Amino acid sequence: MLNIASPIPNSLRTGPNERGRFGEFGGRFVAETLMPLVLAVEHAYAAARADPAFDADLRHHLKHYVGRPSPLWFAERLTRQLGGAKIYFKRDELNHTGSHKANNCMGQILLARRMGKTRIIAETGAGQHGVATATMCALFGLPCTIYMGATDVERQSPNVFRMKLLGAEVKAVTSGAGTLKDAMNEAMRDWVANVGDTYYLIGTVAGPHPYPMMVRDFQSVIGEEAKMQLQEAEGRLPDAAVACIGGGSNAMGLFHPFLDDASVRLIGVEAGGHGIATGEHAASLTGGRPGVLHGNRTYLLQDDDGQIIEGHSISAGLDYPGVGPEHSWLHDIGRVEYVSATDQEALAAFQLCTRTEGIIPALEPAHALAHVARLAPAMKPDEIILMNLCGRGDKDIFAVADHLGVKL
Amino acid sequence: MSRIAARFAELKRQGRGALIPFLEAWDPDRTTSMALLRGMPEAGADLIEIGMPFTDPMADGPIIQAAGKRGLAAGVKVADVLTMVRDFRMDDRQTPVILMGYLNPILSYGIERFCTDAGQAGVDGLIIVDLPTEEADMLLPYSNANGIDFIRLIAPTTDDARLPHVLNGGSGFVYYVSITGITGTRSATAEDLATAMPRLRQATQLPVAIGFGVRTPEQAGAASRIADAAVVASALIDTLSAHLDADGQALPGAVDAVLNQVRALAVAVRR
Repeated sequence: MLNIASPIPNSLRTGPNERGRFGEFGGRFVAETLMPLVLAVEHAYAAARADPAFDADLRHHLKHYVGRPSPLWFAERLTRQLGGAKIYFKRDELNHTGSHKANNCMGQILLARRMGKTRIIAETGAGQHGVATATMCALFGLPCTIYMGATDVERQSPNVFRMKLLGAEVKAVTSGAGTLKDAMNEAMRDWVANVGDTYYLIGTVAGPHPYPMMVRDFQSVIGEEAKMQLQEAEGRLPDAAVACIGGGSNAMGLFHPFLDDASVRLIGVEAGGHGIATGEHAASLTGGRPGVLHGNRTYLLQDDDGQIIEGHSISAGLDYPGVGPEHSWLHDIGRVEYVSATDQEALAAFQLCTRTEGIIPALEPAHALAHVARLAPAMKPDEIILMNLCGRGDKDIFAVADHLGVKL
Repeated sequence: MSRIAARFAELKRQGRGALIPFLEAWDPDRTTSMALLRGMPEAGADLIEIGMPFTDPMADGPIIQAAGKRGLAAGVKVADVLTMVRDFRMDDRQTPVILMGYLNPILSYGIERFCTDAGQAGVDGLIIVDLPTEEADMLLPYSNANGIDFIRLIAPTTDDARLPHVLNGGSGFVYYVSITGITGTRSATAEDLATAMPRLRQATQLPVAIGFGVRTPEQAGAASRIADAAVVASALIDTLSAHLDADGQALPGAVDAVLNQVRALAVAVRR
């Protein structure tokens, strides 16, 4: 299931280059202490990628443990209600652990084992990546430490408890605004201090090369499956594929297999927070400019002096001031359109999905759905929108109740 | 000859290593950090390292993180750090000044413009934590053109195969990050250093400075003898932060306390 099919000439799927660059984005901007480790991950991944036994092992675990392939669901009632294009959900919220994060965690934990690493660390925002990492560590009997911003620990308490039940140590990070960015800083500090035995399992398509490429490869199973499933259901490609973007792993996984299909509009939905104009958002591509953070060159929310600005989003999983470097490149070359949805629009979409389809989505894909709700009515009934429903919303019900003024 | 090369050559004649104290720009305010910078040469600093605050200092421990936070709260900008050096140079033409920071503020300022302005201000060296050799080609043409040494960092994880690659084209001195870890946490043992140094000596003719975990006069003295220089950072910031009030403002005596500590360190490297 690794995305290793040989690319066609002039393909948009050949990146990154040997320096880990997608155009001018990406790279390996890490301290010298980490550089040899980053290179070791790159070499180990290159070897694993070329090894049919690794692929077979990954396929086995994705099928029997994660529960792939995830279904493709025609959201008929939602389609009728919105009146326009046919809407299909890629149901990655049905994966074990409740989100697409499991795809990447399974791939990387198998790599860490192959590298002989005996301790796993990870950062998490909404807690979905933390739960998926803690789950794989429980499965393989590896100790793990999850770094999570103190603010996120507060607003995602069910996931914190889940991680602890799974045996993970959860460290609340109080520096900065106590969100995903700060958790990633702290995870990198841990890695620098524990270079011998520790594998850093990054949860999104960001960080130093090879992480953006590797995480994309592990997530591309989403788009590969959806492409085949839609072929079966409709006999054709979608007209638009839509996904939410924080760091951008679920979107990269959905988009990558479609990059060379010029007829497919690809749309990434960033977190608009209180609205782009308010400055309180997490839309790096819409409201940021290129810079370097967490090992890669990419679009960042930053002030005039290059200091990083805290993002804001109702969704802890999208609350990150950066974005994966491949998205930055796809943005600059215009292959993917990047738009945003506000907290309020996401809340409305969350309720719409719950009532019309009986699916409680996570607040993250609720952002994608908010854009689908704008897009579908303007499209023809014979057109097709494919949306990645990348996580389920059980973790969010407390936060949503709070926003809706409901006391539980 | 550059100020850094001249200073190390002079110390070699004296038969001792260098003391490189660190201060964070505008920690906790412009006046205090300027007084520290101006007072350090007289207190015994042979070279001076100035930290450029950044919101996300990934290689730094809580002590330097807090110092950077105070500098940013005081409103420091990249241009202000260069102004500090320019002002310092009016009275001191000899003491080399090295700026330590992270790439993004420099990128935002503009790499070429930064190197030009830093050179004109009297900056002698740059340590950019998150700009490894693999990515340094974006800066080297401009630092070289302005007579600024891009200081290479070597870590315990840098293996023999990688050493020549990292050191290739290096100038000024080599900064040995003596532990795997963040600043201000633990210290390398004398045995660790004794194992690391021959490896480094074999790979470079440049002076070697030891940083990370050098806190006490004894450690500084030992590091300056095993290598060619000792960088002391977190221990000085600890002292400064012990002389701040509840609002983070400097109390009377803060500058003297830090400079006295520099004096004690300087005595140890001259022993």
